[in-house]
Amino acid sequence: MTETFNRIGISCNVNGEQRRVQAFPMERLLEVLREEMRLTGTKEGCGEGECGACAVLMNGAIVNSCLVPAIEADGADIRTIEGMARGEQLNAVQEAFLACGGAQCGICTPGMVIASVALLERHPHPTDAEIREGLAGNLCRCTGYQKIFAAVVRACESSGDKKPVRQ
Amino acid sequence: MRAYIPAYDLRVPASLSEALALLAREPGAWQPFAGGTDLMVLLEAGKLSHKRFLSVAKLDDLRGIESTSADVTLGALTTYSEIQKHRVLQKEFPLLCAAARETGSIATQNRGTIGGNIVNASPAADSPPALLVYDAEVELVSARGVRWLPYHGFHTGYKTMQLASDELLRAVRLPRRVKKWRQYYRKVGTRKAQAISKVCFAGAALVENGAIRDVRIALGSVAPIVLRAVKTEDALCGSKATPAVIAAAMETLAREIAPIDDIRSTARYRLRVAQNLLEEFLSQLAK
Repeated sequence: MTETFNRIGISCNVNGEQRRVQAFPMERLLEVLREEMRLTGTKEGCGEGECGACAVLMNGAIVNSCLVPAIEADGADIRTIEGMARGEQLNAVQEAFLACGGAQCGICTPGMVIASVALLERHPHPTDAEIREGLAGNLCRCTGYQKIFAAVVRACESSGDKKPVRQ
Repeated sequence: MRAYIPAYDLRVPASLSEALALLAREPGAWQPFAGGTDLMVLLEAGKLSHKRFLSVAKLDDLRGIESTSADVTLGALTTYSEIQKHRVLQKEFPLLCAAARETGSIATQNRGTIGGNIVNASPAADSPPALLVYDAEVELVSARGVRWLPYHGFHTGYKTMQLASDELLRAVRLPRRVKKWRQYYRKVGTRKAQAISKVCFAGAALVENGAIRDVRIALGSVAPIVLRAVKTEDALCGSKATPAVIAAAMETLAREIAPIDDIRSTARYRLRVAQNLLEEFLSQLAK
């Protein structure tokens, strides 16, 4: 018979709220968010760290939640797509995705929004190359990327007091 | 088929001594787990045969980058993102920064570590060619003590290495001797981003009065291990990078590497690209 291990208690702050769940040590953070916390905004695409659909912010840095074991999320600060809007007020990136038609089927959108937010936190006024690099880990099969790119440009134009450097 | 998750254990020791004691008590029972960017993929694919892992995430002794006038030492848990941001690495070790920038996506670069990249022992890994060019050394720790080994020779064959079952890789040390060297890095994959290498090339040369005084050349994805092209280096030392010398070096390289056909590329393509990258590197030295 296969030896099995017990679930362990995991505490983390998710979207500003302290949460405690039971999970197997090697369970994916993706499952903990979706199945235990019912935060189903985070999507599963490839399950192997290639597509970025499951991206979340962990201690301020973008990670693919399909590659993070639950036990390493213990004590972490996690932000998911559910934590991007303030009540009914969407953030600048979400508004820009709506305005530019940056979302079609919607599976990649939560990851795209997280990647864009992470990019703008690192580079408030990104160059075209920095935008492309910031989105390179997120695959979309609908839009052809141009509208997503346009949405990021619009988001930094609308949120910043300075015009971004365009090159 | 997906793995049965309850069958896997992942311990998170709070200190290095606790981790080393666990490894010493049950040698071979525990395998180290760092950023997880490769192991979690294998897990999801149902291909992770080992069941018990030791997370090094909380081991602060494996973190941080320290510089002295003689060398730069990177803790094994240094991420690709941290490598790219470090001023001394940017200035003196640009090949390592380039490798870090071309490994996976930013999400992967935030989790993946230099120590994991070495111990995972993929022949297609992107940072080892840079480490070979820089004459890196690795520090291995166990309850028995500490030892330093040259990174060149650390990998002994496909996925095999000089790491005992009770040892952890603690740090990687780079001697600061390449400030004046001309350096070149190029990774060739299917796409610009998010692609595993078909061929990865790192080179550095000290050029004096137009002649190559000293040179290092290393390649990924062309042999069972990431390879330092020692014979090609020897053939180049003392010469000027003339068209005839470059052509001879390309022939030497062809005899030194052993690329194969696999899902990512063919032996023939890899050989041609490896030679072309060598030509590009050497042609830039002639300028």
